[in-house]
Amino acid sequence: MSQVVIQTENEVTKKNRPLKKLLSKFGPLIGLVLLSSVLTLLSDKFLTVNNIMNIARQSTINALLAIGMLLPILTAGIDLSVGSVLAISVMFMGIVSVNLGMSPIVGILVCLLMGAGFGWLNGILLTKLRLPHPFISTLGTMNIARGIALIVTAAAPIAGFPYMIQFLGREFVGPIPVSFLLVIVVYVIFHIFLTRTQTGRYIYAIGGNPEAARLSGINVDRVLIIVYTISGLMAGLAGLVMVGRVNSAFPLAGLSYELDAIAAVIIGGASFLGGVGTVWGTLIGALIIAVLRNGLNLLNVSADFQMTVIGAVIIAAVYVDVLRQRKSKKS
Amino acid sequence: MIAHAENLLEMKGIKKSFHQNHVLKGIDLDVKAGEVHVLLGENGAGKSTLIKILTGAYQKDAGEIYWEGQLAQLHTPVDAIKLGIATIYQELNVIPHLKVYENIFLGRELKKKGKMSLLDRKAMLEEAKRCLQMLGQSPDLADQKLGDLGIGQQQLVEIAKALALEAKLIIMDEPTSSLSAKEVEQLYNCVEQLKAKGIAIVFISHRLEEIKRLGDRITILRDGFKIETLPVKTTDPDYWIELMVGRTLDEKFPKQTFPLGKEGFRVENIEVAGAPGPVSFSVRYGEIVGIAGLVGAGRTELARAIFGADPSRNGKIFIDGKEVKIKSPRDAIDAGIAFITEDRKGEGLLLDQKLDFNIVMANMKKFKKKSRLIDLKGIREEAQRFIKELKVRPDNIDLNARNLSGGNQQKVVIAKWLCTHAKVFIFDEPTRGIDVGAKVEVYRLMNQLVVNGAIVIMISSELPEILGMCDRVLVMSEGKITADLPIQEATQERIMKAATGV
Repeated sequence: MSQVVIQTENEVTKKNRPLKKLLSKFGPLIGLVLLSSVLTLLSDKFLTVNNIMNIARQSTINALLAIGMLLPILTAGIDLSVGSVLAISVMFMGIVSVNLGMSPIVGILVCLLMGAGFGWLNGILLTKLRLPHPFISTLGTMNIARGIALIVTAAAPIAGFPYMIQFLGREFVGPIPVSFLLVIVVYVIFHIFLTRTQTGRYIYAIGGNPEAARLSGINVDRVLIIVYTISGLMAGLAGLVMVGRVNSAFPLAGLSYELDAIAAVIIGGASFLGGVGTVWGTLIGALIIAVLRNGLNLLNVSADFQMTVIGAVIIAAVYVDVLRQRKSKKS
Repeated sequence: MIAHAENLLEMKGIKKSFHQNHVLKGIDLDVKAGEVHVLLGENGAGKSTLIKILTGAYQKDAGEIYWEGQLAQLHTPVDAIKLGIATIYQELNVIPHLKVYENIFLGRELKKKGKMSLLDRKAMLEEAKRCLQMLGQSPDLADQKLGDLGIGQQQLVEIAKALALEAKLIIMDEPTSSLSAKEVEQLYNCVEQLKAKGIAIVFISHRLEEIKRLGDRITILRDGFKIETLPVKTTDPDYWIELMVGRTLDEKFPKQTFPLGKEGFRVENIEVAGAPGPVSFSVRYGEIVGIAGLVGAGRTELARAIFGADPSRNGKIFIDGKEVKIKSPRDAIDAGIAFITEDRKGEGLLLDQKLDFNIVMANMKKFKKKSRLIDLKGIREEAQRFIKELKVRPDNIDLNARNLSGGNQQKVVIAKWLCTHAKVFIFDEPTRGIDVGAKVEVYRLMNQLVVNGAIVIMISSELPEILGMCDRVLVMSEGKITADLPIQEATQERIMKAATGV
């Protein structure tokens, strides 16, 4: 073959300076470390074993929802229904295992299957009915699920769950909450799923270019249904943890939790345009939100003000990312 | 240094580096009013960087730019527009939902005086009509929705917009690469009109025939240097290419002829989107079959139907005499068919994913281990092998596909299909927008495929490439195959006759 040397303007990207690479790869982590350092200086209660475990426990529900949310966002979609799906899952678990007195194992299964079932429905609405964007299908199921959760229990909470159901959300191994260990296990599984399995890689492909993915023989609809089913399943699992923590299921549980989950994914460096985002980034995003809430509590900042700060952090985090990308595109 | 007054534009000693990478190493370019000045160079020679400096998108590191004899400062795109420099990019900058005149006046709408700044629709329409007429277009276009127009007319609207801005210099970046033959003709006329009005045109193109036809002078760039500026009419295109690649290119079409084998691929009565009736053809081992025709003749649709890319259609497909059932691209790939699509970025690549993943995307199951996990090391090795084999530059599998030039992106797409070990390769406009050197590499690869016992079909709108590389030519017109010519009988004239259906 001929020996034409083709140079591109972007050849430089491969000799990117190491510091810059480090910054872009560990940006969210650096943010978390900085935030923690500042809080350590401001409050002597922050850096204690007790408080760290507290943060770990507080982060779990959002961490579970966020890792589920990562998948739709990787495919350039979104799942607005997770908060409501969490509620309907725990209400049915309550009906089965408290009101009807059935085995807690059945209750747990109902909870997880309800979550996965609604997720599957989201996938079907998107791929078979061809609704134009998952924002719409999941906005619909968000209201449907919340409505059913209110109807079936006449808006009343259900309390008094068996120990087995409460275990995940309540117990500790030494000082470490079981729920946080669960998060670690789930995240490791997701990491392997997304980086080392065919379906996981296809998720990135679909987010990057759905038409190229389809013409490369990828069954796009099937992958999308899996994506939304998993997102729903994680909402059910988050519900299980929540019930253990508060020993009660109530129909307004998880109200607007989808927004914190989206925030965690985005702070963790995922792109709304799809195809870009990592499991560990999402974990750090969830931890940043938890640390921020905890720190502001320690500093006696009111809940209203906390919302304002978290809003600002979301914008700042994404803006830093935008700046970084603009820079790398120019060079 | 004093600029020559007869030059509209004079760029002197322009240098530009990105980090340590010197892209422009001191380029001179002068453009006179009313001339078509062609820029020729391989991908990566510095054409786009030079243009971006001229349009204010990039800042030069060194050198001077004179405009009408005066030293000019070009810091932003607005500076360029103010001077009278307009650019028609390959990817059009238009808004399909808006009307033509609204597109022409986008961002600088005319307003009625003293009436709470309401838009002056009438004045804008009038002016838009005037500009369209200057290009030899019907003034009625002005009131139509832009999205309803063909791509060629949309491009003319962009040129009309440049006229409305009173541009004195229009840069056209491969303007004909996605136009049909008729639209190309229209654009050529329009360029003549602009010339006659004293407007200068900087024309970037890889198509030698059109350069010969339209160009007044040609400047050849290589590796960030200006090699030479020559008059177009009195110099030989072969010489331009020699200057451009820095050596003599042995041959533009490295055609090899192989002994003809038995029939390996047959399509029987396949339904094609938009076609009046079913289509049939067959291909034998040892031959490259070209599918010629005008844009819109149904060639891509035929390929998509074979590949199962559109909802299922009737018809039978045989490979080695055995029927294969194809309902989806997956079925086609499993049957051993590869479809190298025309639109690399839209249908071929994952621009923000690394090369290794792009290359194995269509055959990931090959890398699935017993544990159901994928073999990342195996993927890297396989990708590395293809990158080396196809000479992809830069040869770094950790780069994202976005960072490669067009020719190299095309090689990555081809690698993706080689990786599926397909038996039948359908290339749709495989050399569009890539430079001469990369083209020859693609042709050589087709030869290689035939040697290795693959079936090769090439859809192309470039007649020279069809005539230069194929053994047999199918011509399509309005969804039908109107001619099936052995290469000895295929002349430009016969193909065009069959393609236009006369």
